Amino acid sequence: MRGIVSGVAAPLMRRNVDTDAIIPSREMKRVSREGLGEGLFANWRYKDLAAREEALEFVLNRARYRQASILISGGNFGCGSSREHAVWALADWGIGAVIAPSFGEIFQANCAQNGLVAVELAKEHVAALAAEAERRELRLTVDLAACEVQGLGATPLPFSMKPREREMILKGLDPIALTLEEHGAAIEAFQKSDRAARPWA
Amino acid sequence: MNAPRTLFDKLWEGHEIAVADDGQSLLAIDRIFLHERTGTLALKALSKAGRAIRHPQRAFCVMDHIVDTKPGRPALTRMPGGVEFITATREAAQQAGIRLFDIHDPRQGIVHVISPELGIALPGLTLVCPDSHTCTVGGLGALAWGIGTTQAEHALATGTLRAERPKTMRVLFTGTPDPAVSAKDLALALIARHSVTGGLGHAVEFAGPAIEALGVEGRMTLCNMAIEFGAFTGMAAPDEKVFEFLKGREFSPKGELWNQAVAHWRELRSDAGARFDRELKLDCAGLTPQVSWGTSPEHAVGIDAQVPEPQGAAGRREAMQRALDYMGLKPGQRMDELAIDAAFIGSCTNARLSDLRAAAAILEGRRAAENIRAICVPGSMAVRAAAEAEGLHRVFEAAGFEWQESGCAMCFYAGGDGFGGMRAVSSTNRNFENRQGPGARTHLASPATVAASAVRGRLADPRALTWA
Ligand code: SF4
Repeated sequence: MRGIVSGVAAPLMRRNVDTDAIIPSREMKRVSREGLGEGLFANWRYKDLAAREEALEFVLNRARYRQASILISGGNFGCGSSREHAVWALADWGIGAVIAPSFGEIFQANCAQNGLVAVELAKEHVAALAAEAERRELRLTVDLAACEVQGLGATPLPFSMKPREREMILKGLDPIALTLEEHGAAIEAFQKSDRAARPWA
Repeated sequence: MNAPRTLFDKLWEGHEIAVADDGQSLLAIDRIFLHERTGTLALKALSKAGRAIRHPQRAFCVMDHIVDTKPGRPALTRMPGGVEFITATREAAQQAGIRLFDIHDPRQGIVHVISPELGIALPGLTLVCPDSHTCTVGGLGALAWGIGTTQAEHALATGTLRAERPKTMRVLFTGTPDPAVSAKDLALALIARHSVTGGLGHAVEFAGPAIEALGVEGRMTLCNMAIEFGAFTGMAAPDEKVFEFLKGREFSPKGELWNQAVAHWRELRSDAGARFDRELKLDCAGLTPQVSWGTSPEHAVGIDAQVPEPQGAAGRREAMQRALDYMGLKPGQRMDELAIDAAFIGSCTNARLSDLRAAAAILEGRRAAENIRAICVPGSMAVRAAAEAEGLHRVFEAAGFEWQESGCAMCFYAGGDGFGGMRAVSSTNRNFENRQGPGARTHLASPATVAASAVRGRLADPRALTWA
């Protein structure tokens, strides 16, 4: 179901995890959105990049987290380069939601465009989730319709998301069609008057 | 009387076509720039969906990211996997009917360097590009920001983008900086003080006497780093220097249109009494040249300082420790004693003509230390030609620098040549792990500091060379 992500949560508790780290440039091998999961966190995930020998201590290589679908991380997750490949790589590997205290802005917008749920929670809550996910196999549900993270104790943790981004994910909308449908006439009108006001633009 | 407005308010409201119930705005987009690394996918997706580009004459494309920068480069690239990006871009741009600045075009260069240089970026315009450093051209007084590939598709197909209106912030730079303290040093000092999330959710206007005194290129350096400050974008009010800079550029308005444009641009400044959601001040007097020690742009200190002790809340402390481990440093080491293996001048941050001049002023009559790999990659082929016209290339070459062609490849490690395993002092904007090559340790600094460090073979204070 759209907007519901359930599964094991993996803690990657670093601040400022940048998009270069999420998908290093040289892992973007084709002019395509597909198959990027192999390069996800490549510099951390592989001890030997060329041979693809795994670094066993890296969180996603540990047995408990190999099937994780939720990633818990530190503040400013997804900062740096605007490459949407970061989102495609996470999704391709199997991550449906990322929980962090804050996100890089372009990354967050890219998430919404691709149905990946970027959940902003208070630092204490993120820390509590991460500690629990470190201690045992923690299964969480990110419910975008209810705007809650469920699974840590009896009380769900509420979060908020920009309404438009939430709706886009929930309904799987095509943003281009939506804009032209809702605002086609306004766009035309704006352009006409703008051409008169700023003929050089 | 209208309420006083900020520069940002004027730019945003001047492009607002509609505001949705949820507060998101639909903005008119004046210019879209693409590069072969992230833009081609947008073009391909559009054509696959059977959608046309709404204003092909307002869209531009350049090959900058994975082209070789070694002199005598081929029409393709030697970067692993790069050929597919280059050929796909040529095809897609041609099919879409948009202008492409290809590898051997004399106008080729790093996207954020050529868009102002060609007069494609102008004050008061909205400009987007699927690249995070698009905010660079905020230095002209444009509203410019980086987007994702899917958003680029939307901008191309509709001439608009949806965006949440950011809050406003003004950073006032007061006092007179030391002549050796450049825009790059101001940017690093600001981010070190207020962190890489200091600007999150804000459109930041850089203002104050120190900004007015900066040249247009320095303002672009500062705005370039706005994304490293976490901001939505950065900008500075356009003034006569900006108009002078743009006059006669290939795509700048001409004749009567130019006069009309300038009259309009003169209004683009924050009104007296305009309110910002947040105001910061930074006193430039007494600032020393800055250099980064860690793996985040906020890990910066004065060149005369020491590698700091991990401190602060647990998350921050751990991040600092991780950075120290990656960089192979210990707290208490003096920054200006760190021996380097490489020195790099390049990137959309610091590879414009004024940057090359600043570095050359230090290198004149000097040589890079033994065993230092020193490289200069001009920000565009036009910058390169202008520098050669002044004879700067001879200064760089005599100092032992490789004088290369323009592109991004050495800034972000496109997979070919890089600084893998080396300690490099670099005029770029990101010191992330592996950013300039596997295991590369990047120290961010100004072009003058990079040049001085190359000469000394250790991180060096440029003032010790210029004024000794
Ligand atoms: S020079 Fe570096 S930072 Fe600038 S656009 Fe190119 S890769 Fe990005």
